[in-house]
Amino acid sequence: HTWNSSVSQVGPYIAVITNRTTNVVIRGTMLFSVGVFLALVLNLLQVQRNVTLFPPDVLSSVFSSAWWVPPCCGSASALIGLLYPCIDHCLGEPHKLKREWSSVMRCVAVFVGINHASAKVDFANNVQLSLTLAALSIGLWWTFDRSRSGFGLGVGIALLATLVTQLLVYNGVFQYTSPDFLYIRSWLPCIFFAGVITIGNIGRQLALYECKVVQEKIHQD
Amino acid sequence: MTVRERLRQNISAAFYRHGLLCASYPVPIVLFTSASILTCCYPLLKLPLPGTGPVVFTTGVRDYTIPYHEPQGEIGERPEWYRGPPVAYIQQVLVKAAVSPWDNTLVPVDVFRSPIGRVFSLLEEIRNHVYTDSSGVRSLESLCLQVTDLLPGLRRMQTILPEHGCLLVSPGNYWQNQRDLFDLDSDLLKTIHQHEPKGFHISTSLRDLLFGVMKEHTGVSLYSKKRVVTYTITIALSSYDPRFLGSLRARLKQLHPSLNCTLRDDHMVHVHFKEEIGIAELIPLVTTYIILFAYIYFSTRKIDMVKSKWGLALAAVVTVLSSLLMSVGLCTLFGLTPTLNGGEIFPYLVVVIGLENVLVLTKSVVSTPVDLEVKLRIAQGLSNESWSIMKNVATELGIILIGYFTLVPAIQEFCLFAVVGLVSDFFLQMFFFTTVLSIDIRRMELADLNRRLPAEAGMPQPKPGPLRPRETPPPPRQSPHTITLQAPAFRNLRLPKRLRVVYFLARTRLAQRIIMVGTVIWIGILVYTDPAGLRTYLAAQVSEQSPLGESGLPPHLGVAPVFPGGDPTSTLSVLPAPEPTIIPENHSNGHDSLGHITPVSPQISWGPEDEDGWKHLYLRQWPSLFSYYNITLAKRYISILPVIPVTLHLSPQEAIETRHPQDTRHQPPPIPRTPDQQNDLTLYKVAALGLAAGVLLVLLLFCLYRVLCPRNYGQNGVPHGRRRRGDLPCDEYGYSPPVSEISPLLLRGHSMDIECLASDGMLLASCCLAGQIRVWDAQTGDCLTIIPNNGLRRSSSSGGWEHRDGWDPMTMPEPDTLSGADTGACLEGAECDGYPLRRRLTPSRPALFVDQPDLTPLIDTNFSELPPSQKPPKNGFDFGELVDRAYQEHEPSPSLAFTPSPTAPQPRRPSVGDQPVMSPDPCSPGPTDWDSSVWAMELRGNLIAAGRSSGKLELWDAVEGSLRCCNEDGVSGITALAFHNNRIVAARLNGSLDFFTVETNKPLGLLQYRGAPGRGSMPPSPCYRSEDVINCQLTRSVQCAHQKPITVLRAAAGRVVTGSQDHTVRVYRLEDSCCLFTLQGHSGGITSIYIDQTMVLASGGQDGAICLWDVLTGSRVSHVYGHRGDVTSLVCTTSCVISSGLDDLICIWDRSTGIKLYSIQQEVGCGASLGVISESLLVTGGQGCVSFWDLNFGDLLQTVYLGQNSEGQGVRQLLVLENAAIVCDFGSELSLVYVPSVLEKLD
Repeated sequence: HTWNSSVSQVGPYIAVITNRTTNVVIRGTMLFSVGVFLALVLNLLQVQRNVTLFPPDVLSSVFSSAWWVPPCCGSASALIGLLYPCIDHCLGEPHKLKREWSSVMRCVAVFVGINHASAKVDFANNVQLSLTLAALSIGLWWTFDRSRSGFGLGVGIALLATLVTQLLVYNGVFQYTSPDFLYIRSWLPCIFFAGVITIGNIGRQLALYECKVVQEKIHQD
Repeated sequence: MTVRERLRQNISAAFYRHGLLCASYPVPIVLFTSASILTCCYPLLKLPLPGTGPVVFTTGVRDYTIPYHEPQGEIGERPEWYRGPPVAYIQQVLVKAAVSPWDNTLVPVDVFRSPIGRVFSLLEEIRNHVYTDSSGVRSLESLCLQVTDLLPGLRRMQTILPEHGCLLVSPGNYWQNQRDLFDLDSDLLKTIHQHEPKGFHISTSLRDLLFGVMKEHTGVSLYSKKRVVTYTITIALSSYDPRFLGSLRARLKQLHPSLNCTLRDDHMVHVHFKEEIGIAELIPLVTTYIILFAYIYFSTRKIDMVKSKWGLALAAVVTVLSSLLMSVGLCTLFGLTPTLNGGEIFPYLVVVIGLENVLVLTKSVVSTPVDLEVKLRIAQGLSNESWSIMKNVATELGIILIGYFTLVPAIQEFCLFAVVGLVSDFFLQMFFFTTVLSIDIRRMELADLNRRLPAEAGMPQPKPGPLRPRETPPPPRQSPHTITLQAPAFRNLRLPKRLRVVYFLARTRLAQRIIMVGTVIWIGILVYTDPAGLRTYLAAQVSEQSPLGESGLPPHLGVAPVFPGGDPTSTLSVLPAPEPTIIPENHSNGHDSLGHITPVSPQISWGPEDEDGWKHLYLRQWPSLFSYYNITLAKRYISILPVIPVTLHLSPQEAIETRHPQDTRHQPPPIPRTPDQQNDLTLYKVAALGLAAGVLLVLLLFCLYRVLCPRNYGQNGVPHGRRRRGDLPCDEYGYSPPVSEISPLLLRGHSMDIECLASDGMLLASCCLAGQIRVWDAQTGDCLTIIPNNGLRRSSSSGGWEHRDGWDPMTMPEPDTLSGADTGACLEGAECDGYPLRRRLTPSRPALFVDQPDLTPLIDTNFSELPPSQKPPKNGFDFGELVDRAYQEHEPSPSLAFTPSPTAPQPRRPSVGDQPVMSPDPCSPGPTDWDSSVWAMELRGNLIAAGRSSGKLELWDAVEGSLRCCNEDGVSGITALAFHNNRIVAARLNGSLDFFTVETNKPLGLLQYRGAPGRGSMPPSPCYRSEDVINCQLTRSVQCAHQKPITVLRAAAGRVVTGSQDHTVRVYRLEDSCCLFTLQGHSGGITSIYIDQTMVLASGGQDGAICLWDVLTGSRVSHVYGHRGDVTSLVCTTSCVISSGLDDLICIWDRSTGIKLYSIQQEVGCGASLGVISESLLVTGGQGCVSFWDLNFGDLLQTVYLGQNSEGQGVRQLLVLENAAIVCDFGSELSLVYVPSVLEKLD
């Protein structure tokens, strides 16, 4: 009848939050769903560019691309979102800039806006598109992140993801719907970069809650 | 001083002055800002309202030329979209065909079979039409819009819609434009219907496309009244050749003249289609808006410490929105027309402009010293943040300027809007928002001022209105024990999220409103988009105003006046399709017999309703037709050429010849199945379906409800008994559960406030300030024994007064019979039983005694050293009888009814006096000081241990009221006592701790054990028989157990825990009084300790801290600060720790993690007493009431008022008995409250 044993089954909500593993799982799930959602919506934006008018069965076009793309995006975002706080922790330089949800929302909105621009705006040529998107992405990073680790990870993952996509395309696993091949290649890395920054921002914000709880716990002990 | 610093200083100074200005003249500045906003938004009036409906523009045919791409300045009325060639020219051939004269031998199918059959010859004619002139030969093939593949999703329409050729649609497409297929088709209607979309569909169907007129107007039906079939042949032309079209028109008119046709053929209608917003576009749009709202929510949530959060949040949003509007307005004013989709870029603009500055401003102003003047606060706040604000604005402007140099037109336009928006936002922040903020801060200060001043100074006196002469009287209570359910202050409670959401939904009726609004919107959409609805009506209205519609009504002429019976007006009232069996009757009666079915020849009339075929159609049919071929009409227009009317009259012979052999067999049921009936049938079908759907929905909701709200609603898995209805929380949303009968039982008898309270489950001992100890039956509330403070007994004449007050005059008519040593004091047990609710009678008390303060028990003259128990009761002069007489006189008659017959005690009186209570007193050898008051009391078995201020420990027999033993080893007052098995631990004022052992002259094995009292946690207490000689020995005295007085002493699980003002807690073993641990951790004196059988130890101190300790190891498990001020009481359940403090807060902590689950803010001055009845039921004492709380959710379950005059008398002590009753002190009374549901649970 010790203190600890008698109270093990109580306080379900708080106990769940404080449990580190569960916390990671919760965060991962949230990030995964965010990733899937963004993938679907942004895919829709890109689809719009190619087909202006939809046949009656519109919604099927949302899922017209390969089924595994949204889950992949979701897993990737979960991974990235969990990776960012880890790296911050490892490097010992916690992210200090504007750690609040409004800023995160702003970041997400700008990310969607970049996608929107890449989908809707007609650019003169692909170089212009690439340059604009790169400037926008770096502006996003500067406004919402400003950490070296964030930049490094963003660039690395963007390059890796572009490479993987290209490999997939060359191997015929996946195909671009757009006939203009260069067009897609020109926006892909920038979108990936911006996406990594955004998801990283969300992940850090989510991790903040865990930090708070853990700190409180330490304080109590 | 660098330039930067100087700049910074200047900016700061400027902002300071600006802040002063804004705070000084708030109203003029707000007015000025509003005016400038309105001025800047004025140009927006010129912009067209957003909408996706097609726009119509009409030109003449004669002088038609393809409009130029470049806008022509001189033509003002031309819409902007009327530039360049249209996507297509639409030429429609409107065919009206009828079999005439109508013959009764014809079957209903004949109405439309042969007329539709004629389409093939017409098509042939149109396709083969060739116009030859000097420039060459033109045919339809060369002019028409060539289409290629259908969209991949439309394979099923492949056989019907034309592919790889002219876009020419007609009803013939159903049969691939082949006459043979048509002739072979046995069921035309089925063919037509099989391509209809199933279910509800608001967009155009294939049938509308091919027939080119509304379904209702085609006449292709077995029940057609008019027997006129209307359809169009629609040709899409890619180029406009007036000569070819003219010749085609002439040719068709020549072949099939329409005599009375007044259709005008000199106007051309151009229809412009706005950009489509489909679901595919809507989803990203909605997403961006959701993100935007989340952003605004998270931003405005940070506004804090202001008077009106909502007002400021609104002001912030208004600032951003109006800056955007101003931006668009200004841009429009200077000639830039927005080409971007406003709805799309709006969220991004808001996000770019942002609410950050506004929040920074608010925070900065709020964090300035409160005691400053409002003006100065605003100015300081502004100037503090001036540099960062300016930096922010400059950075954003820089980023946007970079965007401007991307040289992408769309981005440039966006940037332009954003720049202007940023600047106007800055302007509004500085003027509008700052001023609003200053107003708000001033309001807050006013409110503060009001609060600080006395109520009469700050508030105007409430005027007694004529309608309400007084304040509303409090709700009458029929008896003082009525339970009134207090409206719980839910705002202070922390309900679980799920419940809060539900409450929110319930409070705002959100679901209903959403459904209502949704329904209204849906109906609105239906009305608007319905082909026969508002939209077409509006379009008709618009086009009537246009020159096209000015032609006026042409005369409504019949075409074929061959048959005199065919009165055009009478056709409406005549039922169609007569059954063949009544033909002879028809013949005999003639065609003009009233009320009889007359075969009416169909009339072909060309009215204004045929004027513009497109008007009757859902205008979206064109986009959908073109979209089948992946041609978008969004932001483009088509030109509709005047229709070519074609009238076909078919003879009955022809109709019969073209019959399919099965047509006659497919006659409709001959029973006059009127369209009404059919409609009725559809109505029934729809009604049945709707009903079924409704039932299904209800069932679904019910299932959902069951899933979401299981039966043990709100139990949260705690193995707690079911909740009775009476225990449900009464909330402020109108639901109040029925009042359950929790009635407090008032135990009266004490003359002064109750000081000590002890219980062992069966008995209840209480001690008042006067030193009187009373023993009650905890089950029934009977007073069993009275042990008076005998020193007072002899206090001359006042003794009678004392007992007069001590005993209820109504039930105890013979107060003087009571002697201090009277063990049978409550001999009239029946009366004690019979009138537990004596309180009701108190008003009848004579006014004679009301005004006098009842201080008599304190008067102690101490005339005698002898214990009063040895004195005869009649020793002193007693005014009792005198007073009694006074009572009798003043008592109203109803209360006399409750008075037991005064004769009953009379014979007993001598016996009471003679009762041999003077058994050999263990303490008799030495005189005891009776005047010392009881500081601590414990009750075990039938022994009451009382610790006195003189340091004496007395053991009384609870049943007989005799002193069994007393110990005077200590001299320092006993502040706390613990009675565990046969050990008594006494804590003294000087910080020492004495351990006593209670021994009887019998071996312990012979001790009788009373019935096991309920809970297993408590060891059965031995019952000492009255004949046993009880000895109380000091076994060990720990001197200087604490440096300062011991404040709390608790014993459980073989441990004694003491808390002292020297900030430490000590744990002793009960058996050998060995100090196990000294627990240090508090930074203030210990005020409360909790320990139970499970070795849970919690302590609370004056520092507001609560420590949880592991009793086995002496280590601190957790340490939390929960209260401002002392922790007054601590209780633990298996899952949580409940603490109450001087700050009137009750905090509930998770026991394992030490995290505060929630806290309950009580009223000021509430008692600090706490008790836990069961795992989830908490009881707290308040001002004259006790409240029951649900521990799982923090709901106030019930408040039980103990009496009428609840004010001023707080419940200070509260004991939870094992039978789930609660005993609490209530001034000089004790209150016994049973909790029925818990009782039931325990049973």
